[in-house]
Order: sequence, then structure tokens, then C-alpha cells
Amino acid sequence: MNRRIIQFLGLALMITATLIVVAILGVVLFDLTAKGAPSISWAFLTQSPKNGMTTGGILPAIFGTTAVTLLSTLLATPLGIGCAVYLHEYAPDNLFSRLIRASIRNLAGVPSIVYGLFGVAVFVGFMGMGASVLAAGCTLGLLTLPSIITTTEEALRNVPRLTREGALALGATKWESIRTVVLPAAVPGILTGVILALSRGAGETAPILFTGVAFYTRYLPGSVMEEFMALPYHLYILSTQHHAIEEVRPLAYATALTLLGLVFLLNLTAFWVRARYQHGKN
Amino acid sequence: MEKTKIEISELELFFGKKQALKNIHLAIPEGKITALIGPSGCGKSTLLRCLNRMHDLNPQVKMSGNIVLDEVNILHGNTNPVHLRRKVGMVFQKANPFPKSIAENVAYGLEINNLCEKSQMAAKVEQSLRDSFLWEEVKDDLNDSALNLSGGQQQRLCIARAIAIEPEIILLDEPCSALDPISTARIEELMLKLKGRFTQVIVTHNMQQAQRVADYTAFMYLGELIEFGETRQIFENPKQELTRNYVEGHFG
Repeated sequence: MNRRIIQFLGLALMITATLIVVAILGVVLFDLTAKGAPSISWAFLTQSPKNGMTTGGILPAIFGTTAVTLLSTLLATPLGIGCAVYLHEYAPDNLFSRLIRASIRNLAGVPSIVYGLFGVAVFVGFMGMGASVLAAGCTLGLLTLPSIITTTEEALRNVPRLTREGALALGATKWESIRTVVLPAAVPGILTGVILALSRGAGETAPILFTGVAFYTRYLPGSVMEEFMALPYHLYILSTQHHAIEEVRPLAYATALTLLGLVFLLNLTAFWVRARYQHGKN
Repeated sequence: MEKTKIEISELELFFGKKQALKNIHLAIPEGKITALIGPSGCGKSTLLRCLNRMHDLNPQVKMSGNIVLDEVNILHGNTNPVHLRRKVGMVFQKANPFPKSIAENVAYGLEINNLCEKSQMAAKVEQSLRDSFLWEEVKDDLNDSALNLSGGQQQRLCIARAIAIEPEIILLDEPCSALDPISTARIEELMLKLKGRFTQVIVTHNMQQAQRVADYTAFMYLGELIEFGETRQIFENPKQELTRNYVEGHFG
């Protein structure tokens, strides 16, 4: 009888913990939606800010976030996949490759503000890009690089040995087997990792802080060498630095909701891709 | 006396410090089916994988000796393993179709080796599928994923894929071990049909299977070749005590 009670208590504790987590998430979402949804409209999403940001929309911020995140992914993905393919398929198990792996793990733990400072020093300053979409894209790309490498390696690991051997047994060279069989098989896993990295990058503020984001730009950036607006930074300014904080609070909430919506959309896409992959495997 | 397709002599193989093959001498006859039998760990799969240099993938493996195919010692540095595997195909223990369509699977070897024009591809794919007794079952689904096929069908697909590039030799590493009896029977039927056209070497745990399909049988034990001869002789009148004990089921 005692054991049954203990089991019941254990289960009850775990359920309570889960409910607490769900409740917190629910409260946050509810709060955001209640305070932000009223301000969301087609106009809000497609117009520029007006009257000192107190009215109008956040189109430039959506555009800027999208542009920078896309650029960072375009830069980081080929680099990350190439690195992962080398590490997993070619690198012998020696001190050097173990060092590389350790470095990647450490890079994953570097605080994003440090990436931001690095970006200023190297991209903005040394390479002369100035504060721009390009500099911010490079910096953000660096931030997401370790995670792309790791998820690509895992996707490669999930391709069974037998599949590779099958390709080789038909007279394929190692590179041919990777190019025509292993990589295509790993694409869903790689894609999931890239999309998740994308969604994480979209919400980052620190890397873009000194490398190109601006509180207000008159026009949308015409090239990658210009400054841009971004959702997380816009949210920060509206919430803390604006001269009429109370007045723009609803807009801040709406911005947060938009950013969240973007991130959720990306994550859902990633999970959908992964689900289709699992289904296709069976 | 049969014509020899592969002549193995003084073959030794080490996994690091451990010796897996000891002084193997074996002549594989052309156009016939040769079975490698023996208890687990005797080295039969290891020996099979020497024949298409699959051990190249494992840096811990050291081989010495001679495997002569068409007057060339394929263990020698001059032999390109990629070209070798065009001539020596392999079917694995567990069916390993690529996560691609059925047609793409069969055409893979043809494409990667540039063996035929795009226009002839479909005809070759059909021919290989017919030769593998799979055509009727998949002819309407050629663009569907190969992973949707049953285990037995997948294995026949792997055979179709292997014979599409028209190798001279086909190595089969316990191809039926994961299959039900009916699928097994189909594969055995297929092997018998391919005799003459290909030289086949099959590793099998199943003595009855060896007796059903193989013309010649080699019995291995602890990395050594104990006895080799016509299947009938090996099973009905083995010359070695060890062989007799094994085929009579005293150990497995």
C-alpha cells in the first residue's frame, strides 16, 4: 500500500511540475497576446513607424530582421556543413580533430555580446564593412555556426553505415557516396538544424547591437552595406528608451508578439520538416 | 576442372593485433555459387569483404597475401578499389536501399560509373528488375521510395541494383538472414538463375541453404580454411574431422 502511495505522489509531483511550466508559458503568451494583439493589423506589419514611433508600423524592423537572419544563414550554412562533413567523414580520430571539436563546443558557449564585440572589431572595423547588414549578418552567422555544425554532424551520424557501404560497393568514390547518398539522406536533419539556428538568430540582440542595427532608419536598407532596423532591438528601445514609454507600450507588446510569431513559425517549419523525414523513413 | 575466377593464396588479415584470417588458399570457380560456411567468428564475412576491398574502410586492418582476379593481384597498391567494386558487387546482410526511389536505386551504379546514356537508363533498370523477379511487383511504383518495400523486396532490389552494373562477381553476405522463408526461397531461386552469368560467393549460417544453392562449399573455422570442395562431398563425405562435426551439427 505504501508503494502505491509513493508512486501516486511521485506522479502527482511530476504532473504539478509540468503544469507549472505550462502555466508560466501560458501566462506569458496570454499577457503578450492580450496586450499586443489589439495593435497588430495589416497596417502595423506593412508600414513604417511614424510620429516618433508612436504610430505606424514595424515594417522596417521585420525587413531588417529577415534580411540579417537570412544573410547570416546563407553565410553560416555552407561553412557549417562543409566543416561537419570534414569532421565526420574524413577527419581521423587524432588530437587535432579532437581539438577542433572542443573548440566548436566552446564557441557554442561564448556569450552573444562577446560575438557582438568581436563583430565590431573584425567586421565593422578591421574588414571595413562599417555598421551594416553585412557586418551584422557575418556576426550573427558566427553565432549560429557551432549549432549548425553540431546538428549537421548528428544528421550525418544518423545515416546508417550500411547505406554508405552500399554506395561504395557499387563503385562510388568516397566523395561521390557523400555527395549522392549521404548528404541527400541527411538533408532533412540538416534543414531542421538550419531552421532552428535561423529562428534563434532572429531573436538575438547583442550581436547586431554594435554591428549595424539602428533605432530609426528613414528608408529600408538599399544594400547590405547600410544600417537596418530589427525586431528585438526595436522592442528594447520601445520598452526602455523611448521618450513616451507609456504611450508606445502597446506597440512594444505588438512587436514582441510579432517576433514571437516569427520564431514560432520558423520552429514549426523545422518540426514539420523533421516529422516528414521520420515519416518518409518508415 | 572448373575455371578459376578468383585465386586466393597466403591470405592473412589482422584487426590490429588480432589475426582474423590465417594463410587462406582458395580457388573460387567461375560462374558457380561458392558458399562459405562455419560457426560465428570463423572469418567467413571477413574473407568475403577482402574480395571487394571493403576492409579499406577500416584503418585498423592489415592484409597480406594474394587475391588474383583476371591475372591481377587486387591486394596490390596498383589496384583501384573503386574500379574493383565495379567488377565485384556486394549484397549485404541487411537490405540497404538508398532513401531514394526504386528506379533511382537501380540506376545508381549506372549513373555513378557513367555506364550508359540517359536514354537507355530506363530500359536497363527494367531489365535488372526483371532479372531479379521484382519487375511485376514494382513496375507501377518506380518513382516511389524504395523504403516502402517489404524486407524481401528490398533485398531483391539490392540485388537488382548490384547486377545493373553487370559485375563479374557477386558477393552475398548472409543475404537472407533477416528474411522470412518465402522471401528466402525467392532469393535462392534468383541466385540459381544468375548462375553462369555471374560468379557468386555467399556467406551463410544456414547449412541447408548452402546445400540448396551452392556448387562448392568452403568450411572455415577460427580464421582458417579447413576444407573446400563440391558441396555434396563436403556434406556427405567430409574429409576433415572438424568439418564432419560441423555439418553433422555437433557445434554451430
